[in-house]
Amino acid sequence: MATLIIAEHDNASIKGATLNTVTAAVAIGGDVHVLVAGEGCQAAADAAAKIAGVSKVLLADNAAYGHQLAENVSLLVAELGKSYSHILVPATTRGKNVLPRVAALLDASQISEISAVISADTFERPIYAGNAIATVQSTEDIKVITVRPTGFDAAAAEGGSAAVEAVGSVQDAGVSSFVGEELAKSDRPELAGAKIVVSGGRGMGNGENFDLLYTLADKLGAAVGASRAAVDAGFVPNDMQVGQTGKVVAPALYIAVGISGAIQHLAGMKDSKVIVAINKDEEAPIFSVADYGIVGDLFDIVPQLDKLV
Amino acid sequence: MKVLVAVKRVVDYNVKVRVKADNSGVELANVKMAMNPFCEIAVEEAVRLKEKGIATEIIAVTVGPQAAQEQLRTALALGADRAILVQTDDVAEPLAIAKILKGICDEEQPGLVVLGKQAIDGDNNQTGQMLAALAGYAQGTFASVVEVAGDKAKVTREIDGGLQTVELTLPAVVTTDLRLNEPRYASLPNIMKAKKKPLDTKAPSDFGVDTTPRLKTVKVNAPAERSAGIKVKTVEELVDKLKNEAKVI
Repeated sequence: MATLIIAEHDNASIKGATLNTVTAAVAIGGDVHVLVAGEGCQAAADAAAKIAGVSKVLLADNAAYGHQLAENVSLLVAELGKSYSHILVPATTRGKNVLPRVAALLDASQISEISAVISADTFERPIYAGNAIATVQSTEDIKVITVRPTGFDAAAAEGGSAAVEAVGSVQDAGVSSFVGEELAKSDRPELAGAKIVVSGGRGMGNGENFDLLYTLADKLGAAVGASRAAVDAGFVPNDMQVGQTGKVVAPALYIAVGISGAIQHLAGMKDSKVIVAINKDEEAPIFSVADYGIVGDLFDIVPQLDKLV
Repeated sequence: MKVLVAVKRVVDYNVKVRVKADNSGVELANVKMAMNPFCEIAVEEAVRLKEKGIATEIIAVTVGPQAAQEQLRTALALGADRAILVQTDDVAEPLAIAKILKGICDEEQPGLVVLGKQAIDGDNNQTGQMLAALAGYAQGTFASVVEVAGDKAKVTREIDGGLQTVELTLPAVVTTDLRLNEPRYASLPNIMKAKKKPLDTKAPSDFGVDTTPRLKTVKVNAPAERSAGIKVKTVEELVDKLKNEAKVI
């Protein structure tokens, strides 16, 4: 029994979500191998080899995998995956894009976004926007699984010494190509991995008012998130969205500012350790999940908070 | 070209679901059902492609129980030309649904298949990708912009950290993200007209697909409740609690 993890990386380094996935793989048991597929990704492979718990790194370095297009990478993973009992990928947009394709090529039913490992074939996963937790058992020969990073601690990025092995196989489906990318620039920590998250909702009123949150976040070393309402209103870009249809976070501290707490938003943050709600409506559902709530005008409270921390 | 749109009947997104007392699943009896929100966006996109003169015919399809006809009628009222119900009382897994959709693609030869990125009941986010794999199509998942020109589609995708644009050779599969469009409402005359539009009923066996689940749901539990918090009066009190009680800052 061995597990193959498809690494989340940017060719130069391994993304944090991969480390959480390694922890899930270790919980399943057996050898843990990591596939680094990309172009000019030797550095990422070397980084993967240092992760504690990883016994082998497979390096597929080719132009066909340059932008990790699902059409090409899935063919590679389906080919390599045949000799594994489990194939895991972090449930990032990249992982969710490629893995179901792999599952279909292997004729295996996939289990999405597991939040806990019960045994090698049984897993927990949230359904209905996190309003229910299903325990699912798979009888498939190859278990194809996406892992919710916030469900698992990160494995140590140093301490391992796995061998890096090059994979010669080149798969190019030839039906898709990369055109361009527009990444939001931010000096703050990545939302999914931040220890503290400050989020704003419709109550912020407009995009300029988010500066209040940015100032507070910089003081706390926090990432800034948003509710779907704030994104739909055009206050902030959509990669800041926390919720069922955005990112799922579980920081030590989550500060919800001007967010009512709709089901779809709660699905993305209710596993946070401590939740603080700042809202002028004392009936807002967010108060039912908040450890500390303060009823009042955010435009008074946030600047005060900023001064005191 | 033909556009195939897959829709799913799910619990209305405003309903707070409850787990059954015997932990076998969630309570679905007497609960309001509706079209999955991402599927509404998929139907809307197909209708807009038709309005632009790119799509010539829109076929709405669902895999589900007899009652899922209601969601197909909704799709017809929104602008789909005809509908196919693949009727099964099994709770079909994404892989089985993808295989059925592949069978329909073989028959109908659509230029584009549009699906929602995920259904809000199972939260799987698999079917579109699986269909693309089985049919050998390119995929544009989590789409926020779709531009079709000739035999190519340019799709802007929502990815972690921003946006990515890919070019796909048609036929292709597109799955919709929330910001792709704002779905329209069905007007009463269109709802009446939709009743006369063709709706075929088929069975999974027509496509040689077995819908028996391959994953076993052992049990379904309610998530751990958060313990009730407190409301503080002042910001000083809040900061004090965060520093000394919760020790998070």
